[in-house]
Amino acid sequence: MVENRPFITFLTHLILIIGVLTVVFPVYLAFIASTHGPTDFMSGIVPLTPGDHMAANYGYLLNSGESTAGAPPFLMMLVNSLIMAILIAVGKISISIISAFAIVYFRFPLRVLAFWVIFMTLMLPVEVRILPTYKVVADLGMLNSYSGLVIPVIASATATFLFRQFFLTVPEEMMEAARVDGAGPLKFFRDILLPLSRTNIAALFIIMFIYGWNQYLWPMLITTEPHYYTVVMGIKRLASVLDGDTQWNLVMAGVILAGLPPVLVIIFMQRLFVKGLVETEK
Amino acid sequence: MASIDVESVGKVYTGGVRAVSDIKLNIADGEFIVLVGPSGCGKSTLLRMIAGLETISEGEVKIGSRTVNNMEPADRDIAMVFQNYALYPHMTVRQNLEYGLKNRKTPKAEIDTRVAEAARMLEIGQYLERKPRALSGGQRQRVAMGRAIVRKPAVFLFDEPLSNLDAKLRVSMRGEIKRLQRRLGTTSIYVTHDQLEAMTLADRLVVLNGGKVEQIGAPLEVYHAPASTFVASFIGSPAMNLVKGELHGDKLAIGPSMIGLNGFAPTSGAVTVGFRAEDMRIARADEEALPFRLEYTEELGSQRLIHGMIGDQLATAAVAPDAELSPEMRLAIDPKRLHFFAADTGKRLPGQVPAQAKLAPAEPVI
Repeated sequence: MVENRPFITFLTHLILIIGVLTVVFPVYLAFIASTHGPTDFMSGIVPLTPGDHMAANYGYLLNSGESTAGAPPFLMMLVNSLIMAILIAVGKISISIISAFAIVYFRFPLRVLAFWVIFMTLMLPVEVRILPTYKVVADLGMLNSYSGLVIPVIASATATFLFRQFFLTVPEEMMEAARVDGAGPLKFFRDILLPLSRTNIAALFIIMFIYGWNQYLWPMLITTEPHYYTVVMGIKRLASVLDGDTQWNLVMAGVILAGLPPVLVIIFMQRLFVKGLVETEK
Repeated sequence: MASIDVESVGKVYTGGVRAVSDIKLNIADGEFIVLVGPSGCGKSTLLRMIAGLETISEGEVKIGSRTVNNMEPADRDIAMVFQNYALYPHMTVRQNLEYGLKNRKTPKAEIDTRVAEAARMLEIGQYLERKPRALSGGQRQRVAMGRAIVRKPAVFLFDEPLSNLDAKLRVSMRGEIKRLQRRLGTTSIYVTHDQLEAMTLADRLVVLNGGKVEQIGAPLEVYHAPASTFVASFIGSPAMNLVKGELHGDKLAIGPSMIGLNGFAPTSGAVTVGFRAEDMRIARADEEALPFRLEYTEELGSQRLIHGMIGDQLATAAVAPDAELSPEMRLAIDPKRLHFFAADTGKRLPGQVPAQAKLAPAEPVI
């Protein structure tokens, strides 16, 4: 739609700019705060210009952590978060693409029921089943382990559903042509379906990576050893000091550090991501 | 190379819907068979049963001497061309052609020769490294055919391969399919709803209606002696005129008018009379004729179709482009070019089969 009305153009830009500022300002504030020394916040006034403690703050946080607050070095937590997020993303995609393949391309008893059961779990957030899940994980001895962090959230109804929808748009003749060409189900899956779902996989990887990275409640519950702490819960540890003042400059540095990887993932995979959401290659 | 025997084959879908019943068909080695019929007549279902993409509920399909009922499509020694081409979009043309051969563990050198041969035959050599997306409809269709050719199967199966092409391309691709099939001598089954494609391609036509065979025969046989009113109205363009009439001895009454039959009447009483548009001509003043009230004309260039009423029944005649027209005309027809069908069942009444020798007019230009 092409419109030539200067006032409307001005108004829409104004609204958009206000929106951008609303989102960006807190992030800016967090970054500014992370560059100041510990005493700069005593006055109660948050400075709006960068300070000179940036290197010191980040260096301290990354390498030694805040021992008084019970927070291990951030570098270790970042690595933990990375491992967890990647395992969750890869696991979710592998499991859901295989189950979607089963649901779309095979006729087995209770197929429809199976689909609906999967679909219905979409409505159940982790928090709803968190106590029984904790019990199971604890009984299996998976507390304080990567498997404990990853396995309970590794199945994804959303991803299964999205892959199912995508498979339904792949013409049936493609499968029939492959059958005539002598490709069995697994060969068809590997040679045809997987390459065709490439962009969808990329898009889902980003979504699931961020989902995994942002896990807060679950890692908080099942990790008691600092060795397995993830960065998102690390911020919480940092903020709740037992005695003494919260070191806001460090908390904010932690926030920036924790927020950075998802942003990087999006920046570097954005093209694939957008392609996966809007384009179906047929 | 193989013959195909379809023996009393039927298809009942889960839920009891019957798509095809009791089809018997013996296809000789190297023959080009066209299954033709309106949509929903079961022609694709039959083809897919032969391909192995649908299970066969009743009867038996043999390719060569092997019963293939329970064989996977890949083991039936067939190749199929689909309506929407079904090329693998992420593979180049070459990879598309190679895929089936690779799955069969054909040696690399053999694959290369076959691909080169098919590419040369179909003139797709310069597109081999492109993705299907970068090809036009006609080129994709060639690739789809190439994929079938490189396999060197015993049977080609075509499922409405030309329906997605524009009219002009369809005509040229039709010629190419025919030429290729002649050259390779591969037994072929071709499904279409287009009677013109059916007529031009087939060695033998199988006209299907409602899951049953209406008629099997060479295109001209079917054209000149349709077995039922359904076949008569389906094969040939414009469709054969079918009007209600009554036989009185050697005379045929259509509405209020009456013409003599010169001994061609097969029976007596009520019948459905069929006649082709091109078999009608403008009558001379002194001969017996049917009154025709002209409604509108269609110009085809080489001839002129005139549409109107004989009595109160619609009819179409083809006349020379320079023929003189008037609102009330008289049309004559040679009695031996009339087709008679039973008024109740629509089956052809035995009797005089129109002589085929001099029935010259080629099918009308579309």
